[in-house]
Amino acid sequence: MNLKLLGSWEIKKANTSSALKKFGISVTSIVLGLLFAGLFVLITGKDPLKLYNEIFQSSVGSIYGLSETLVEMIPLALCSLGVSLAFRMQLWNIGAEGQFYMGAFGATYFALFFSDLPKLIMLPLMLIAGFICGGLWALIPAIPKAFWNVNETISSLLLNYVAYFWMAYLVYGPWKDPKGNNFPLTKTFPDSATIPVFGNTRISYAIFLVLIIAVAMYILIKYSKWGYEISVSGSSRKAANYAGMSYVKNVLMVMFLSGAVSGIAGMAEVSGVLHRLQQTISPGYGYTAILIALLARLNPFSILLVSFLMGGLLVGGFSLQTSGFPSSMVSMFQGSILFFVLAGEIFNNYRLVRKKA
Amino acid sequence: MDLNYIIAILAAGVVAGTPILYASLGEVIAERAGILNLGVEGMMLVGAVSAFYVGTFTENKWLGLLVALIAGGLMALIHAVITINFRANQVASGLALTIFGTGLSAYLGRGLVGIPPTSTFKAVAVPVLSQIPVIGKIFFNQDIMVYLSVILVAILWFVFYKTKAGLLLRAVGENPSAVDALGHNIFFVRYAAVIIGGMLAGAGGAYLSLAYSPSWIENMSAGRGWIAVALVIFAVWDPSRALLGAWLFGVIASLGLHLQALGVMIPSNFLQMLPYLFTFIVLVFTTRETKNRRSGTPAALGIPYSREER
Repeated sequence: MNLKLLGSWEIKKANTSSALKKFGISVTSIVLGLLFAGLFVLITGKDPLKLYNEIFQSSVGSIYGLSETLVEMIPLALCSLGVSLAFRMQLWNIGAEGQFYMGAFGATYFALFFSDLPKLIMLPLMLIAGFICGGLWALIPAIPKAFWNVNETISSLLLNYVAYFWMAYLVYGPWKDPKGNNFPLTKTFPDSATIPVFGNTRISYAIFLVLIIAVAMYILIKYSKWGYEISVSGSSRKAANYAGMSYVKNVLMVMFLSGAVSGIAGMAEVSGVLHRLQQTISPGYGYTAILIALLARLNPFSILLVSFLMGGLLVGGFSLQTSGFPSSMVSMFQGSILFFVLAGEIFNNYRLVRKKA
Repeated sequence: MDLNYIIAILAAGVVAGTPILYASLGEVIAERAGILNLGVEGMMLVGAVSAFYVGTFTENKWLGLLVALIAGGLMALIHAVITINFRANQVASGLALTIFGTGLSAYLGRGLVGIPPTSTFKAVAVPVLSQIPVIGKIFFNQDIMVYLSVILVAILWFVFYKTKAGLLLRAVGENPSAVDALGHNIFFVRYAAVIIGGMLAGAGGAYLSLAYSPSWIENMSAGRGWIAVALVIFAVWDPSRALLGAWLFGVIASLGLHLQALGVMIPSNFLQMLPYLFTFIVLVFTTRETKNRRSGTPAALGIPYSREER
């Protein structure tokens, strides 16, 4: 009918889609995505199989690799839980990267300037600071969106660059560690400002935060009245207004919470892993988080699973650097997977049938 | 500040605005047909790396530009298939294109970092015109791609408002089902618009790696693709206003660089923020303005077209 490229096939609307079918489509999309990206590797004369294998081996092929994958999973899952909340209301908050930086900034402030506080006060304080700073940063694009319908996709993204340069200013300027051999980083946090880790891994207890927030978000969207309001406002602003829900208020609250969760991710990263603020605190967690949220269809528990997979892909990417590949090439695989997931979505809502002659 | 300094800043502003102008014009075309493509940043990066690769190894900048056009068009083709045939969410597909392009360009460019270019676009003074005081130095002592971008604006303006093809393009973005009912092919128009849009984004990337700062650096577009998308709103989907916006942006960016040289005591990171903050503010104000005038945004922008649902 209108899928001209499919020749004698046509698509018909299907109202139901079984969980098994959904799962099958997702897995197929991921495999096709990896193959598509592999095609480019093949064209340039490299062996994609070797590349896949190296990524796989270094991420989940050893205990160390697995633990590093979990380390990467924490910021990815938190940022993704954050953006998924906004996506539920059809708010395209793609500023998680900047909200992550601002959360790290807020937490670092307390770690550096109130270093005498005991751990039991310090860590909650840093958490709150990360939460508020990330949330406020997301409010900046939320306000013009709520009142004048200014495109939040572009505005939230532009602010990522502003946040990045703000952080660069701090670590090159006033917050630079004088004993840091001129490297752009702050001095190491006092012990009171660091989240404990499991044994001799780098996995911090922030992983509990991930679980708590995932459960809380599941309850919020599934069982609370407000969670219901969010999805209604997302599908139709008119319907929401008619039902007496304030669109403006919901935009502001959802964006604040969305940014705040990414802010917590920033706090968890500086306090749990890096123990200082530095210019390179994120290999693009905020962008990968968008992909994870979409792959997981905004389901909080699926986000945990997909974050684990994407964390593994990132760890694999880092290990490729030793073989002369830029680690950011991993986004080639990520983008490619997302293409197929988006295209595959149509098969959830439609069926492919052979056209009758 | 003396006049020569102001002239230098304005001339540098035109250069800084040119890559954004190409990308913006491309996005104007795609959005006029009703397809929002947020993959501009990714298409620019792939354009930049392919232009630099081909331009440097063939020692022919024109060949580099040509390949960037093709590469940008092919990238856009992916978006076209996903959003037009598979009717996927245009925001999500554009984001995927940017993520993909960032990674692909980094992959293709591994090995190109630090290699000096062999063939670049250099300033060519236009005879007579470049002798005009002030204006000559700002506008007529630039490289060929700058001149081409201005000619392109004129051509697009003419096509948009004076030809049948332009009318068809605009109609597809406003009311696709009416155009369909008249027997025109929506799919062809949208495919063409998205692909030409991608080619121009590729040209913007080529300008970065062959003229603006001739080299390849990972992520060298540094958000210019996003600024280009934001400028489309400022431009109210009009090519001539895109020119104005891109140059205005270019001047702000070059002002940022020159303020420091002038000894203004603002930390460089704040000056680097300037273009993004400026674009953010412009975005907020122009959206309010277009909303009040009730004009601008193509009515069908972002909405997948399907016959059965018209």
